Amino acid sequence: MVQRLKEVDVVVIGVGMVGSIVAKELAAAGYKVVGLERGQTRFTVPEFQSPAIHDELRFDIRKAMMQDNTREPVTFRNLGSQVALPVRRWESFLPGTGLGGSMVHWNGQTYRFQANDFQLATRTRERYGKNFLDADLTIQDWGVTYDDLEPHYDRFEYLLGTSGKAGNIKGQIQPGGDPHESPRSRDYPTPPQKEHYSGAMFRKAASSLGYHPFPQPSSNLSQPYTNPEGMKLNACVFCGFCERYACEHYAKSVPQTVILPVLLANPNFELRTGCQVQRINLDSTKKHATGVTYIDAVGREFEQPASLVISSMFSINNVRMLLLSGIGAPYDPATGQGVVGRNYAYQTMSSVASFFDDDVHINPFMASGASGTLINDFAGDNFDHSGLGFIGGAFIGAVNTNGRPIQYHPVPPGTPNWGKGWKQAVVKHYNHTVMFSLHGSSAAQRQNYLDLDPTYRDAWGQPLLRMTFDFPQNDIKMAAHVTAKAVEIGKAMGAKQVAGSPRKGPYTVTQYQTTHNTGGSVMGDNPKTSVVNRYLQSWDVPNVFVIGACNYPQNASWNPTGTLGALTYWAIDALKNKYLKNPGRLVSA
Amino acid sequence: MAKVTRRSFVTTVGAASVVPAAALLTVTTPGAPAEAATAAKTPNEAASGKPVYLFFNADEVLFIEAACERLIPADESGPGALGAAVPNYLDKQLGGAWGAGERLYRSGPWQAGTPSQGYQLPFTPGELFHTCLRAISRDLAGSKTPFHEMSADNQDAYLKSLESGAHDLDGVPSAIFFDMLRQMCVEGFFSDPVYGGNRDMVAWRMIGFPGAYADYFEAIDHHGVKFVREPMSLAEDGKGHIHTRQDIPANL
Repeated sequence: MVQRLKEVDVVVIGVGMVGSIVAKELAAAGYKVVGLERGQTRFTVPEFQSPAIHDELRFDIRKAMMQDNTREPVTFRNLGSQVALPVRRWESFLPGTGLGGSMVHWNGQTYRFQANDFQLATRTRERYGKNFLDADLTIQDWGVTYDDLEPHYDRFEYLLGTSGKAGNIKGQIQPGGDPHESPRSRDYPTPPQKEHYSGAMFRKAASSLGYHPFPQPSSNLSQPYTNPEGMKLNACVFCGFCERYACEHYAKSVPQTVILPVLLANPNFELRTGCQVQRINLDSTKKHATGVTYIDAVGREFEQPASLVISSMFSINNVRMLLLSGIGAPYDPATGQGVVGRNYAYQTMSSVASFFDDDVHINPFMASGASGTLINDFAGDNFDHSGLGFIGGAFIGAVNTNGRPIQYHPVPPGTPNWGKGWKQAVVKHYNHTVMFSLHGSSAAQRQNYLDLDPTYRDAWGQPLLRMTFDFPQNDIKMAAHVTAKAVEIGKAMGAKQVAGSPRKGPYTVTQYQTTHNTGGSVMGDNPKTSVVNRYLQSWDVPNVFVIGACNYPQNASWNPTGTLGALTYWAIDALKNKYLKNPGRLVSA
Repeated sequence: MAKVTRRSFVTTVGAASVVPAAALLTVTTPGAPAEAATAAKTPNEAASGKPVYLFFNADEVLFIEAACERLIPADESGPGALGAAVPNYLDKQLGGAWGAGERLYRSGPWQAGTPSQGYQLPFTPGELFHTCLRAISRDLAGSKTPFHEMSADNQDAYLKSLESGAHDLDGVPSAIFFDMLRQMCVEGFFSDPVYGGNRDMVAWRMIGFPGAYADYFEAIDHHGVKFVREPMSLAEDGKGHIHTRQDIPANL
């Protein structure tokens, strides 16, 4: 029997970073907000403490913090002609679960996208001509500009206390920062983290080649910081357990350390954990949401009526919620019609390993998840793509995030897979190798999309999300081009051997790449090619807002979290100052 | 029925004088847990680190111990899989939640799929190991020398044939079994000793990984300096530096 609960103003689905920020702002504005989180409650103390938290087997290998894939996996295939099968073990990407969401286990790499990225289709046509893009690519503009988002980027960075060095303040290039960045209104809230040895080597080599190295913006903080919410953070001690782990030190900016305690102290907010939302309910017109239906941790079904629904789950789960709820027309790759699930994109990750003699001690285990040294000279449209046959690029960086040995034991190409040769290579190279991360853009392509699986179901009996994805040729070409540049930097560092691994197809779910799944519920100015308008409001059901990296029409050369934080504050601004004063469509279709 | 290897023979004989009669009896029980057969357990042996096998049977132990040691052999750099108790790690993982399919989506329908789609068999890791080890045992039944008594070269050749996928192990392509065996050996070698492998943190010492140790704030900008420090296991982190800041609520 479904129990119908008392109506509230706002229901937030997913209490991760986006959900926490939205709920905090709306509760503070006087609205009654309920947050529904499918996972468990967890805090820095006691859940994230040592010694248990420094357990590579449990967290890295067994994926202890991740979405429970025994109940709720996705299905996957490379091509629409194949049968999608369940991702029976997470590997390629790792959606989190529980209070604080995926951000709890992030590395803390906190970027802005560049002005060009938000108008990619227009700018590409202007610079390279109408026919430059491969015909299959479905690149489009975002419907917002960098200038729209700048104050919101700033607010998000100051919430997190991000440690970095500005490269461009109001148009003035700043020495030591990234000269390619779009203008920011002020510097980062805290200075960069200390530079790792690998970063110092990279900096010298990249400079010698005429590139522009800068310190990676990090939300593992360089010094104690009190954010505008009054939350206090500590300095990171470089323990080397960030991604896939929670931070025990109050040094990584996650909902628990930057906003959740403030939210939870507000009596207008109620947190309910262990609640699996089944669908957003619509009235008979299918144009208005009446609330959500969820099943709690012990299996009871509830209907929570609400005037406004915020879908703030992990990217691909937002898309699934729309499909399960019948909000928006599902995308059909055969006809190009429909929008939900369209323009699913990812990140095109390549790497370069530079092997040194055994008197060069790299100490990879001294690490923060974001204390690398980078260049943006081959990212985005920061280099001339004429004649190259692709758009996009990658940042190249010595991003030494950890030395956890089950996962990290680099060996040169040609090393045997096992036996004495393997063991000797592992021992020889563990402390004497520098890894570059090449973090590449991902172009949206007609054939790549998300929909509901016709066969496989979750533990509640609902269809799984089906992912159809392979790397576009555009991105394979990009990866090859940028990897060749990065190999030159490795050689300039004086490495004995440099091995480049450009990303190649087919995409596989068996190898970790990133958890930067984007698109499927993209934002834009045209309801025929977007699911939400520029304020992240559903075109079809105006009292539903969908906020996630699912809003990105295609993915840029940087980690998506900074941009998602900016979009969140941008949407909140529209909610508070426009929508809630006069509920209805914020943009006419 | 267990065969007594030279290695287990030595330990068995060494222990025999103090083994209770009841334990000795189990040595001759077919299919009995392997520990009883290969190293009739005594308090002394447990203290010496000889594994108490709970998942593998006696025959399986002989293959697993020999195969793991070929995957990660002892050499001049230090102990291999046996010295690091990697087979014990496998035993505890396969006999526990992981072996029973922890974090494995197990609903059908089933089909092989493409390599990009990853593991698609209905077997749990525990079922997969027992199935494959039974098939391997049958496959090798005709050979003059049991696997664990083969020369290292012949052992390697057989392992390579598994790796290449040449065998159908009762429906499991042998490459899938080999990959899982190899991955688990790496885990057992490098994971924290609390899980039963990486005995005395030998693997960490070999490469210079300091383990669960947590604070490099002062060390990180001493570039290129070799960091020499005893590694720390989760079990040793008695300090367990819980943060108790008055201004940060511990729980809500």
